[in-house]
Amino acid sequence: MDEKRVKCGAGSEDRMDSPAVNKLSGEKEPVLKIEHMSISFTQYDRGMRQVSLPVIRDLDVEVHAGEMVAVVGSSGSGKSLLAHGVMGVLPYNAAMDGRITYCGEELTRERIEKLRGREIVLVPQSIAFLNPLMKIGPQICKGDKRASAREKLRSIFKRYELDERVGNLYPFELSGGMNRRVLISTALMEEPKLVIADEPTPGLDLAVAKRAMAHFRELADMGAGVLVITHDLELALEVADRIAVFYAGATVEEAPVQDFQDEDSLRHPYTKALWRAMPQHGFHYIEGAQPYVKDLPAGCSFAPRCPQCGPECAREIAYRAVRGGKVRCVRGK
Amino acid sequence: MRKLNRRQRLLLGLAFSAAFLIIVCVWGILGAEAARATDFSRKNIPPCLQYPFGTDWLGRDMLARTVKGLSMSILIGITAAAVSAVIALLLGIASATMGRAVDSVVSFVIDLIMGVPHILLLILISVALGKGLKGVIIGVAVTHWPSLARLIRAEVLQLKEMPYIKIAVKLGKSRWHIAVKHMLPHLLPQFIVGLVLLFPHAILHESSITFLGFGLSTEQPAIGIVLSEAMKYLATGKWWLALFPGLFLVITVALFYILGQSLRKLLDPGSVHQ
Amino acid sequence: MKLEVKDMSYRYTAKGRQILKNFNLAVDSSERVGLTAPSGYGKTTLCQLLSGYLKPDQGQVLLDGQPLSSYQGYCPVQMVWQHPEFAVNPRLPMREVIHEGDEIEEWVIQGLGIEPDWLRRFPTELSGGELQRFSLARALGKRTRFLIADEISTMLDLITQSQIWHFLLEEVEKRQIGLIAVSHNPELIDRVCTRKIDLRLQGEEK
Repeated sequence: MDEKRVKCGAGSEDRMDSPAVNKLSGEKEPVLKIEHMSISFTQYDRGMRQVSLPVIRDLDVEVHAGEMVAVVGSSGSGKSLLAHGVMGVLPYNAAMDGRITYCGEELTRERIEKLRGREIVLVPQSIAFLNPLMKIGPQICKGDKRASAREKLRSIFKRYELDERVGNLYPFELSGGMNRRVLISTALMEEPKLVIADEPTPGLDLAVAKRAMAHFRELADMGAGVLVITHDLELALEVADRIAVFYAGATVEEAPVQDFQDEDSLRHPYTKALWRAMPQHGFHYIEGAQPYVKDLPAGCSFAPRCPQCGPECAREIAYRAVRGGKVRCVRGK
Repeated sequence: MRKLNRRQRLLLGLAFSAAFLIIVCVWGILGAEAARATDFSRKNIPPCLQYPFGTDWLGRDMLARTVKGLSMSILIGITAAAVSAVIALLLGIASATMGRAVDSVVSFVIDLIMGVPHILLLILISVALGKGLKGVIIGVAVTHWPSLARLIRAEVLQLKEMPYIKIAVKLGKSRWHIAVKHMLPHLLPQFIVGLVLLFPHAILHESSITFLGFGLSTEQPAIGIVLSEAMKYLATGKWWLALFPGLFLVITVALFYILGQSLRKLLDPGSVHQ
Repeated sequence: MKLEVKDMSYRYTAKGRQILKNFNLAVDSSERVGLTAPSGYGKTTLCQLLSGYLKPDQGQVLLDGQPLSSYQGYCPVQMVWQHPEFAVNPRLPMREVIHEGDEIEEWVIQGLGIEPDWLRRFPTELSGGELQRFSLARALGKRTRFLIADEISTMLDLITQSQIWHFLLEEVEKRQIGLIAVSHNPELIDRVCTRKIDLRLQGEEK
């Protein structure tokens, strides 16, 4: 029986209850695997006509246990929907397609409802998600009053350098940084296997943002899979293991973080342009802007801004594996 | 048939409610004579094909009386609610923009009026003004503005703090420009919806005080009068005298409510996206 | 032209924390000054004081020797906010946003990469980076003499950040507009500014 199980989530064999599907390969199943995810909104045009806005068209990403993956895209590009899609909390007017696999098994609606908040947790964007009328302690324990929960709470407080008295305070009595740690603590009560963080550093200054990211890094080091969704590539480069670059509704490149040390080891022209736009790498820019979801060009969505664009770029571009990463470009090598 | 989307469904509901209410009003105005005509050869007839709502003890057609009564109530309600909404708009904006003294006075009056039961105030005002049409309209108008005024005041206060308004000030834009370009587009939907949602209140209150005998005089076949007269004959088994007018009063009020809610969903940007 | 701050002090409430105390600053319109400090040092507050959104408790903000508050109508010191979503009215089409500015030149609109099609849209139909271009264009009116940029590119992607700053540097150079930029990113400040000021050190002087 044991051999048939595929290891998923470090040090959590005792909680393995999902029969694995991948019997052939001995390698680890990813905790989360998203293939060809698309999310579209039905929206009203002027008047009575309804149009469908494909905010996410083709998103692929994988998160392994003990690994931190960052999905990087510009703000307002709809990447937050990725988190809502995985957690099954999309708004009523959104439709999702594609395949989400969790620990080797498809993550269905029923399954996510069972796992949500236990094995899979979402750390929301804003500290406004804390209940302002509930003390910190009960809020983290989610009403669990057993001694074991209290013990756990104490160890979590210790890890995040929070005083034990904090448990008896209300969110408004804490500073922004402390509340942020509380927000992460709520994710820790259940020993999650997958943590999804949606834009965890909005408008924070560098030191605070780095500390917030370091807390997520710690979760990954403890064995969980961590998926961070952010607009800040520079920050993501400091903590993540892998970066998935999101452009105009699709992931265009997935690369190990080391590849960002040098422009030549990157695969997609957009990623290279991002690299060159960093203040320390020359602060170069390319013309144009991300196309609006309503008028995407056929084929490669980066083609209008791409220096190497050719006739073959007008066709559908496959997302293929290149040098330990992935790229959605005919030329990427 | 293709399934209608939400906006189309809302618009359909809106059109239906509006059509019903307009038909009732017009019919009521045109059929004023039929509502008064007595004919002892046809008194106390239960609902039948010729008189769907039956006739009363004077042989008056209850259908005509119900429609006439409703149309009066609707017209009075609309007038009173419109006056009330204008008061709310002016006081709400004044309260938010004319300094602390004005704000505290207006807020005090709002609290005062909201603290006393509507119906009590209404009766007092109506009786003090000698009952009749004038008394009812002024009574309803004076008592119904506070909740909308409070809403508008809060909205204006919130808008004043928005960065885009502060930026417009720094760009040297006049108060008029800011009011028209920045405030109005936010206030107008709130105001229209607030106005429409005042109608059912006004209608119900008008009919209640008339029913209680503090409103319109008995010569006018307002729905409140029709209902209170019917009460005397209920015990004799003439159920239709109260049932149909009462039922239609409820339907009218409910339709106004649907009208207001549909409008809110159509105009409110939060629910626009679907 | 010169923008000066003389002995400025500020706190939010009468008994609240002293955000700024006896703060002094002088910026020439040929300069590009970068402000850095950790959060809680009142960078945004300082920006709002400099551009007249807030009144100092003590001290003055002077533009060419005149108090900033004495300038009626269009304020020659314009601030661009960090979050463009709140800086544009969600119910106004983008064309109106540009019209609010002071006779915005066509080259500003083009230089910021604003596409003609965007002018017809409403703010909810544009991304943060696109909206920020409009905020910037609006602030670059004819009578603008100083531009206060409060973390204007923090929420944007790197390419948009670079695009916007390249245009901005060229424009302020050409029109001799003084620039005061706040950013948490030291590399960015090094790139765009001619002088750096650390608010922490300012505080220690007194």
